Amino acid sequence: MLAIKNLQLNSSGKLKHFLSIEGLDKSLLTEVLDTAESFADISEQRVKKIPLLRGKTIVNLFFENSTRTRATFELAASRLSADVLSMNIATSATSKGESLLDTIRNLEAMQVDMFVVRHSLSGAAHFMAEHAAPHISVINAGDGQHEHPTQAMLDMFTIRRVKQQFSGLRVAIVGDILHSRVARSQIHALNILGAQEVRVIAPKTLLPAQVESLGVTVYHDLAAGLKNIDVIIMLRLQKERMNSALLPSESEYFKCFGLSDDKLKCANKDAIVMHPGPINRGVEISSSVADGPQSVILQQVTNGIAVRMAVMSMTMHSNAGTE
Amino acid sequence: MRIEIVNGQIIDPMNEVNVQGNLYIAEGEIVGVGSAPEGFVAQHRVDAQGQVVCPGFIDLSTRLREPGQTHKATILSETRAAASAGFTSLCIPPDTNPVIDTPAVLELIKDKAEQCAYAHIYPVAALTKKLAGKELSSMFALKQAGCVAVSHAQEAIHDLLVLRRAMEYAATHDLLLMYSPQEQALSNQGCAHEGAMASRYGLPGIPVAAETIALMQCIELIEQTGCRVHFRGLSCARSVVLIAKAKQLGLPVTADVAMHQLHLTDEDMQPYDSHYYVLPPLRSVQDRSTLIAAVQSGAIDSICSDHQPHNIDAKLGAFPETEPGISSLETVLPLLLRLVEQGAIELSQGIAKLSSEPARILGINSGSIAIGNVADVCVFDPATEWQVNAETWQSQGRNTPYWLATMQGKVTHTIQAGKILFALQN
Repeated sequence: MLAIKNLQLNSSGKLKHFLSIEGLDKSLLTEVLDTAESFADISEQRVKKIPLLRGKTIVNLFFENSTRTRATFELAASRLSADVLSMNIATSATSKGESLLDTIRNLEAMQVDMFVVRHSLSGAAHFMAEHAAPHISVINAGDGQHEHPTQAMLDMFTIRRVKQQFSGLRVAIVGDILHSRVARSQIHALNILGAQEVRVIAPKTLLPAQVESLGVTVYHDLAAGLKNIDVIIMLRLQKERMNSALLPSESEYFKCFGLSDDKLKCANKDAIVMHPGPINRGVEISSSVADGPQSVILQQVTNGIAVRMAVMSMTMHSNAGTE
Repeated sequence: MRIEIVNGQIIDPMNEVNVQGNLYIAEGEIVGVGSAPEGFVAQHRVDAQGQVVCPGFIDLSTRLREPGQTHKATILSETRAAASAGFTSLCIPPDTNPVIDTPAVLELIKDKAEQCAYAHIYPVAALTKKLAGKELSSMFALKQAGCVAVSHAQEAIHDLLVLRRAMEYAATHDLLLMYSPQEQALSNQGCAHEGAMASRYGLPGIPVAAETIALMQCIELIEQTGCRVHFRGLSCARSVVLIAKAKQLGLPVTADVAMHQLHLTDEDMQPYDSHYYVLPPLRSVQDRSTLIAAVQSGAIDSICSDHQPHNIDAKLGAFPETEPGISSLETVLPLLLRLVEQGAIELSQGIAKLSSEPARILGINSGSIAIGNVADVCVFDPATEWQVNAETWQSQGRNTPYWLATMQGKVTHTIQAGKILFALQN
């Protein structure tokens, strides 16, 4: 844990890489949110560009497919006037091809300044940060089942905009916690920012071992778990989890853990509904809830750009300071 | 060569010897303990003042990587490392390439090792052809060629009927089965102990039940087949309970634990440092303390290095895609001394776990330095401090979580069959 912390911060405690929420403190997370707030206005102006990262080259390195995350990272980089190169590197377990290290070395040789990396294996971003040249910042855009810290920060940003503060908030994260890097980052972020309670609601097949140790209370019943809840975060259920030994069927999952209008009524009246997307309508959430008045799902997408701009500019500036 | 080792603390656990004195070697055998035989004139003298003189260590699982993976290590490099660490005999698991499933491969490895002449090699033959878990290997021929036991290394045997038949056949030829219990369906491609740390780092977990269920199945088959089984590399507290129960029933079972399992836990894992990736995985603090207690009580019979040298590339990558295993021969002695220092085990008992106990498990006439025995001797200075680094390290594999750590306890002389194979340069 200590090593993650040290690796992410430079000698003066500024953000050098953004690899995990774990290991960061409240003031840093708040700084990310405040910085994002200042960038949010830019997106609403007619000319959506500021020259903060002009002349910098950012490489989006996606070893795993993603549409939205990649798109918002690209937009964030271009709004900061950086040059962006996006690479989709399809990998399969059987043919690994070029090693991660060789990929890093090759791109370094092209004089880039930042890697935004998504990888199917936990620890991949951490590995890149450890081995990349000192002037390069690494931003984790999701590593295996570990963390997806920018997603968690845009969720925090969205929560703060609606609820103003975290103290006193009760948040429920519903669904596939076991395979979710988003959930891990959210749990850390909510605890660091001082939420009153973080609950996870899922069947035992979708919960990691000793999940309580992450700082959550566990529920297996959606209605009971949503009681007194201010923020509901639904997780995407990957189709491939179905018809395995993890879950019997989509319909049974929806009956137990899907967020319907009825279930939503168990939460506080002013509860907001979030989802990192893409949504499986009728599997984890009903259309009426996803498109309903309590849903902030599309705001999350919008906020993603400002938050990623904030993280990119903060890591790049702390790095410039150390040169 | 006639050698006298003088003024050492002679520890021979098999014969409950623990005395200050001299040891005399001639013609490859121990010829005197305490006093020299009549007319003995030494050609070589080792001053062991302040040092311990004990049987050479016997390892139940050492990967030499040859044949097949000589980019990782070779018979020469690893047997030399073994000699520098006090080991005089090594059991070689069958998962070489080609697999040790024919007398030809077995003899090839023995010949090569004899040429290198740094340690005595005990090849362990494959239980099934190509370790595929389908057809029995020619165990009788392999035994005649000199295998000390049979094993399935880390490979799964998916079909319990095959395991049953293989155990029956091994028992027919009175062959010991070395078995690493792991139910692969439950391991489910995991790479860390299923617990809070794996959950935190998002690493696929290996539950305790993956080991205990395989262990229970095998124990039931021992009852049925009468096969002698040595369980290799236990990692969980629950396994200790099962082994103790099997022993209570009088079943022919023994067990070992890798030295690193007695020191490291999942909480010691530096985030994503692949040097902590081993199979079975580093378990919980509670598992570790139970394992230590089991070594002390005898429920676990011996301690093993589980040496697995790797090339650099094997450990470079995201944690789950790296290769498991620690290059561990050279840290065995200092880690044993750490346990002694912690009061977890007596020194003579610890030495037994590395010498007389593995000899008993294998049924070989070794592991003692009483008069008349083959002169396999280790002399070490328990006080010498040294750092694990490129200068001190002998193994070709530098994959150890202890790299750059300071160790206490260093072998000064290793003698095998009366020949000095290693002498520490000052």
